[in-house]
Amino acid sequence: MSRILGTFAALKRSGCGGFIPFITAGDPDLATTELLLRELAAAGADIIELGVPFSDPVADGEVIQRASDRALRKGVTLRDALTCIAHVKQRIDVPIVLFSYFNPLLRFGEDRLADEAKQAGADAVLVTDLVPEEAQTWTEKLIQHELDPIFLVAPTTSGDRLAQIAKRGRGFIYAVSRAGVTGARDKITRDAEALVKRVRAVSDLPVAVGFGVSTADQVREIWGFADAAVVGSAIVSQIEKLGNSPDLVKHIGKFARSLVAPAS
Amino acid sequence: MQKLPITESEPDEHGHWGKFGGRYVPETLVAPLEELTKEFMRAREDANFWRELNQLLRDYGGRPTPLFHAQRLSAHAGGAQIYLKREDLLHTGAHKINNAVGQALLARRMSKRRVIAETGAGQHGVATATVCALFGLRCIIYMGAEDVRRQALNVFRMRLLGAEVLTVNAGTRTLKDAINEALRDWVTNVHDTYYLLGSALGPHPYPLMVREFQSVIGREAREQILSASGKLPRALIACVGGGSNSIGLFHPFIADEQVRLIGVEAGGRGDSLGEHAARFHTGAASGGGQIGVLQGTMSYVLQDTNGQIATTHSISAGLDYSAIGPEHAFLHDAGRAEYIWTSDAEALEGFELCAKLEGIIPALETSHAIPPAIRIARDLPRDESIIVNLSGRGDKDVQLVADLQMQ
Repeated sequence: MSRILGTFAALKRSGCGGFIPFITAGDPDLATTELLLRELAAAGADIIELGVPFSDPVADGEVIQRASDRALRKGVTLRDALTCIAHVKQRIDVPIVLFSYFNPLLRFGEDRLADEAKQAGADAVLVTDLVPEEAQTWTEKLIQHELDPIFLVAPTTSGDRLAQIAKRGRGFIYAVSRAGVTGARDKITRDAEALVKRVRAVSDLPVAVGFGVSTADQVREIWGFADAAVVGSAIVSQIEKLGNSPDLVKHIGKFARSLVAPAS
Repeated sequence: MQKLPITESEPDEHGHWGKFGGRYVPETLVAPLEELTKEFMRAREDANFWRELNQLLRDYGGRPTPLFHAQRLSAHAGGAQIYLKREDLLHTGAHKINNAVGQALLARRMSKRRVIAETGAGQHGVATATVCALFGLRCIIYMGAEDVRRQALNVFRMRLLGAEVLTVNAGTRTLKDAINEALRDWVTNVHDTYYLLGSALGPHPYPLMVREFQSVIGREAREQILSASGKLPRALIACVGGGSNSIGLFHPFIADEQVRLIGVEAGGRGDSLGEHAARFHTGAASGGGQIGVLQGTMSYVLQDTNGQIATTHSISAGLDYSAIGPEHAFLHDAGRAEYIWTSDAEALEGFELCAKLEGIIPALETSHAIPPAIRIARDLPRDESIIVNLSGRGDKDVQLVADLQMQ
């Protein structure tokens, strides 16, 4: 069983929902990213998604676009993101998902990536703009290296495709809560719950819901129908606000804890 | 590399020309792309669709466009006869209307009332705004801030036509960023929105569909040159940004192996990465010749060693793009088409030469094809011919050229 499946099995045994924060590697800088990863793990993250900055993030809203820009201006690369994982893996045990657009991985080399991501201690790879139809050999390479290929499903995904994607994916299925780019929203739509139900009908894989999740209430709402909630832009926007403040890491830890705190 | 003779250039059912093309998109867009593919394939087999399209292209667009024997340019070259395919004479002043009318008919068939599009030079934006006015569709155009600045006249035209022009301030603030923003809009508004992509790029079915709508250029040109000179031309020459005017001219000639297909990329102001938009640039520091994935398709993409998409430069907004359409990538690797580049300075010379010798002011994009056409004609006998796709007229560029001459 992969470490990610193990994490979900443990959550299920304890009757808890999972919390999956996302941050961009190198925002505000690589040293801080390492501290943030450790802090998020300490704050109760069950899995962490680490974003590789990309020049043309078409699936992302403005908050993560700007985070990508900040990291790229510092010259942060895929190699740096892997190094970052390797460093923190010596101190934390939380599974890490490498989260990227396809082109940086393609340029790095698919074989080399699978190899080096495994060595660094990553547990899974999610490629935003790589749907299973284009990912055949890629998926095989990851699985050979004991890395979980994570695929997204969306409210627009047809039933047939849903079954196909569930068959190709490993670790968990990432359900996109609504049509749109990443970014905080006031409400989690009914679409998300309906989508999770459709996934459950064709797959035993755990389901995480992301896109637009920004408050503790929303996290709890998602736990009502899915296995985990992904919070990205809300955290990244706090990182943006605090920038190079010495309180950044402490503050993000506090914010993460507030997202998973029991309702008062 | 082994060069195979190729007689056709058709993608597989998932839009792959060999390894190029395909569909590299966020999951949310797969369903609308499948729906669009299905509708396009249905329309493609529907005689009524083509009848309506052809009638609109004739009565509204102004087709067929003439194939003009440019005698003074030919004499200047002193070799083969140069013919100009006059797409500049179409309604809205460029070939872009061919595709815009075709896709607007599809949008109507699919009952989508809201149309979005990206534009670089503004020609595709104007063509889209025009057909949306004609069909009574809501129209939103994304345009990079840099292009808004250098193509102010077209921004005004789009607004006159009732379109909303949204300025994109992200990234390099050019065509690439306008496409990113249009994709983000589409992913958010998939249910009621039609994305009218303007070039032979993006995810399947766009490269195939845009080529099909633009191939009318080559079909007409082939008949016209046979009737004018009794034989096929020795070469076709067209500028290549994403590659829609060039693939439209080339495609009906692909089986004519004796006809050279020559695409002209933007050489910009230098040979290093960031200074040009020539995806097949061969210079050591040019960044050319790298396969990658950008905006839904696999092709040759200008990028740095970390896979970050490079900034590009061209005097012409319409060629200022980091990737080339996937069918061009395929034709290049198959050895069927050749790609060369023209610098900003040479393009300006072509612009002036065409104006002074033929009384035709070409778009700056189109102007890139003129200097190589003269060189190629020069090396051929007088009783041979070549065709240049005069893809657009240059009114939109007059102010820019005037400003450059003032400096």
